[in-house]
Amino acid sequence: MTATQIQSPRSGSTVAPKYRRGGSSRGNFEMLAWLFMRLSGVVLVVLIFGHLFVNLLVGEGIHAIDFGFVAGKWADPFWQFWDLAMLWLAMLHGTNGVRTIINDYAEKDSTRFWLKMVLFSAAAVIIILGTLVIFTFNPCPVVDGVQLPGGFCPA
Amino acid sequence: MSAELAEPASKIELPAHVGGGGEIPTFDITLRVRRYDPEISSEARWDDFKLTMYGTDRVLDALHKIKWEVDGSVSFRRSCAHGVCGSDAMRINGRNRLACKTLLKDLDTTKPITVEPIKGLPVEKDLIVDMEPFFQSFREVMPFLINRGHEPTKERLQSAEDRERFDDTTKCILCAACTSSCPVFWTDGQYFGPAAIVNAHRFIFDSRDDAGDMRLEILNDKEGVWRCRTTFNCSEACPRGIQVTQAIAEVKQAILARKI
Repeated sequence: MTATQIQSPRSGSTVAPKYRRGGSSRGNFEMLAWLFMRLSGVVLVVLIFGHLFVNLLVGEGIHAIDFGFVAGKWADPFWQFWDLAMLWLAMLHGTNGVRTIINDYAEKDSTRFWLKMVLFSAAAVIIILGTLVIFTFNPCPVVDGVQLPGGFCPA
Repeated sequence: MSAELAEPASKIELPAHVGGGGEIPTFDITLRVRRYDPEISSEARWDDFKLTMYGTDRVLDALHKIKWEVDGSVSFRRSCAHGVCGSDAMRINGRNRLACKTLLKDLDTTKPITVEPIKGLPVEKDLIVDMEPFFQSFREVMPFLINRGHEPTKERLQSAEDRERFDDTTKCILCAACTSSCPVFWTDGQYFGPAAIVNAHRFIFDSRDDAGDMRLEILNDKEGVWRCRTTFNCSEACPRGIQVTQAIAEVKQAILARKI
């Protein structure tokens, strides 16, 4: 009869592999991400309600919104900056939120990795495209010397 | 010696009219217990037990009645049976509770009462789970006093205010009800979990302890306090009424205050 092997308690080796944490992660990324979510959230409340107020309530309100209204706003550096801040903060806030949801709910590391790749690519495309639009927006584009139709620009 | 004793000896079954024993109402319950025995089957199953219980009985009494009178193979942990040892945390009607502190009359007895092992830890048999991952996280936060000063000849004195600062988190009995109620812990078991953070809090905010910085550094890990989503499951589950989510928030703030 063989002696029963009893592992010594508190040896640490008895923890199932699933629960073992990889080497401790140095760095403050998770702390900064957590802080960013709170700060960007507060700023976004101001930006979004300011945006809604100016677009929908001031003056003629919602009836004033058309191509010309948007073109007029983006001719002003103040609104360019406002919309840029809104775009970047909302995208980073949302992306980080979905990143934590993926971390919480994906069970396999590979699933986690690919979901996050899709997420980051989508966020990058929208941030870059949006930034380009805000800064290169031209209400009166001229293509091959011909004014594009629109009716907003002096002929 | 008189033939008529005024009071019968304590071990004699009391007639209903003497001790008031018969005044406690009885009711019928169905206890639906999650069974798992890897020596018989790799699949877990539900077993229903119909019992007649008293109004003063707890879920633990029902489990005892099953084990002692109906099916001796039902396995569960319990030690003190009075809410202090933290052995009998289980999922009762979907909520983490101590079986010894949950009165049957407080549950809906018209429907079967479900009893399951706590979630997120490997089940060993029936209601018994492997607590080792839970205790590993507990050990990692160094839950003991670290003082770099000279060893005092008498006790280490502390003002009542300093003691009050961490009073709430001294109540932990390590039953794992909080950690195993946390949805972040359920996913992959990597998160330190509320219990480890509560026990770190107990020393971080203790004026006699000198290793608060080390504990904060440990909990600044990517599996540390920042994985808390403040769902309050842990505060709701704690049988000692510890404000667990608040303790975690205080540790978060302590880390922030130290870094910034």
